[in-house]
Amino acid sequence: MSEVKKITAPMTDEAVRRLKIGDKVGISGVIYSARDAAHKRLVELIEKGEDLPFDLEGSVIYFVGPAPAKPGHAVGSAGPTTSYRMDPYSPALIARGLKGMIGKGGRSEEVKRAMVEHGAVYFAAVGGAGALISKSIKKAEIIAYPELGAEAVRRMEVEDFPAIVAIDAHGGDLYLKGREEYRIGE
Amino acid sequence: MREVNVKDISDAVRDIAIEANCVLGDHEIEYFKKMAEKEESPTGREIFEMMLENARIAREERIPICQDTGMAVVFLEIGQDVHLVGGDLTDAVNDGVRRGYEEGYLRKSILKDSINRVNTGDNTPAFIHVKIVPGEKVKVTVAPKGGGSENMSRFRALKPAEGIEGVKDFVVQAVAEAGGNPCPPVVVGVGLGGPFEKVALRAKEALLIPLGQRNADPFYAAVEEELLERINKTGVGPQGLGGRVTALDVHIVQGPCHIATLPVAVNLNCHATRHGERII
Ligand code: SF4
Repeated sequence: MSEVKKITAPMTDEAVRRLKIGDKVGISGVIYSARDAAHKRLVELIEKGEDLPFDLEGSVIYFVGPAPAKPGHAVGSAGPTTSYRMDPYSPALIARGLKGMIGKGGRSEEVKRAMVEHGAVYFAAVGGAGALISKSIKKAEIIAYPELGAEAVRRMEVEDFPAIVAIDAHGGDLYLKGREEYRIGE
Repeated sequence: MREVNVKDISDAVRDIAIEANCVLGDHEIEYFKKMAEKEESPTGREIFEMMLENARIAREERIPICQDTGMAVVFLEIGQDVHLVGGDLTDAVNDGVRRGYEEGYLRKSILKDSINRVNTGDNTPAFIHVKIVPGEKVKVTVAPKGGGSENMSRFRALKPAEGIEGVKDFVVQAVAEAGGNPCPPVVVGVGLGGPFEKVALRAKEALLIPLGQRNADPFYAAVEEELLERINKTGVGPQGLGGRVTALDVHIVQGPCHIATLPVAVNLNCHATRHGERII
C-alpha cells in the first residue's frame, strides 16, 4: 500500500500544489459539507455580494449529505455524493478561495480550468464507503440552512479522512489517466 | 383463501429496509472478494479493501453501508389466494418505510416533486410494484436505490436491425460514460423488450438477481458474459479511477416486444447492491 500523505484543512496554496494525482491522503482539520442545494445558495450570496456562512479562503468542501447520527455517534454514514452536480457552482467558489473539494466522479472542463488557474485540488473519497468514512469525522455541527436537512451546511472536524487525489492543480486527471492505463482495445 | 394482515407486510418492509441498508449479504461479500482478486490497479485494490472494511463496520455497528439509503423500491408478489386484511396495503407499506427509515437512522431522500423539491421528511412514499402470482403467500422485496447510480440509467429505442450487437454497444457505452459517478464496481441491469414502462422495470428487476447467476436462456447467458468482459475492458475501474473491475456482474431480463421495436434499458446498481426479501 502506498504511503499516506497527511493534509491539514484549511489548506495553503503550497500544500495544494504539492499534491499529484494518485496520492493517497489523510485529511485532518476542519472541512465543510455542502451539496447541490447549499451550493446554489452559496453562489447566490456571492452574486449578491453578501457574506458566506463560513470563510472560503483555504477551505475544503465535502460533497456529502450524511445519514442521521445514531446516539453517541458524531455523524451517520457519510460517503461522498456525485460531484458533477456541483460543477456549475464550483468555479465561482474556487475563484473566491476554495482550495479543496471532496466528492466522487469526474469534473467538468470549467472546474478543472478554475482549479489550475486559482490552485485547487479535488479529492475522491470512496463512494459507498459511508460507514468507514464516518469514523474519521469526529464532530459535525450544522452552521447554515438547517431546513435543508441532510443537505444543510455542516462544519466537520476530521482526522485522517481517507481520500485519493483525483484531479490536481496541474491539470492532472486520474479519471482520464487511470482509465487510459487499464483500457483494453476499443 | 388465506388471510394476511397488512401489518405483517408493513413490519417486513420496516425490517428489510434497515437490514438491507446496513448488511451486505455473505454471498455478496464472497463474490466481492473474488472480483477484488482480479483487480490489478493498486488504487483499485485499495478501494476494494476500503469497501470491504466499510461493509464490516456497517454490519457490526448497524450503520448504513452508504449514506444514500435510497428510495424504497418495494416489490410485492401477492398470491391470488391471499385475502389482505387489516387496512390499506399502500398505507401499510409506507408505514413500514417510515418506521424503518426513522428507527434505523436512515437518510430521508424523497422529495414531494422533482421541481419544487420539498423533502417529505420520512422517505415515503415507497415505489411499489405489485405482481399477482399463483398461491397463497406474499413475497416482500425491498431494494433501496441510491440516486447516484439511478441518475446513470439509460433507455433507447433501437432499430430492430441493430440487433444484439446494437444492444451490447449501447450497454457498454452506458457504463463507460457513467464512469466513476455510480460508484463502480457496479451491477448492470439490462431490460429488453416490452412497452416503454416495462423495459425499465425489467432493468430494475435484473438488479435483484443474485451475483454470479446466469440467465436461464443460454443465448442471453452468453451475452451477459460477453458484456461483463467488455465492460471490464473499458478501464473505468473501481470508483472510476482506473482498473480492471468496472462491473461485478451483468444481468439481462428479456421479454416479448412489438414487431417494430427493440427497446433496451440500463439500470445500474452501485457496489452497495442492497436488497432483501421475506415471504409471509
Ligand atoms: S451510487 Fe450507490 S454507493 Fe454510491 S453514493 Fe449512491 S447509493 Fe451510495
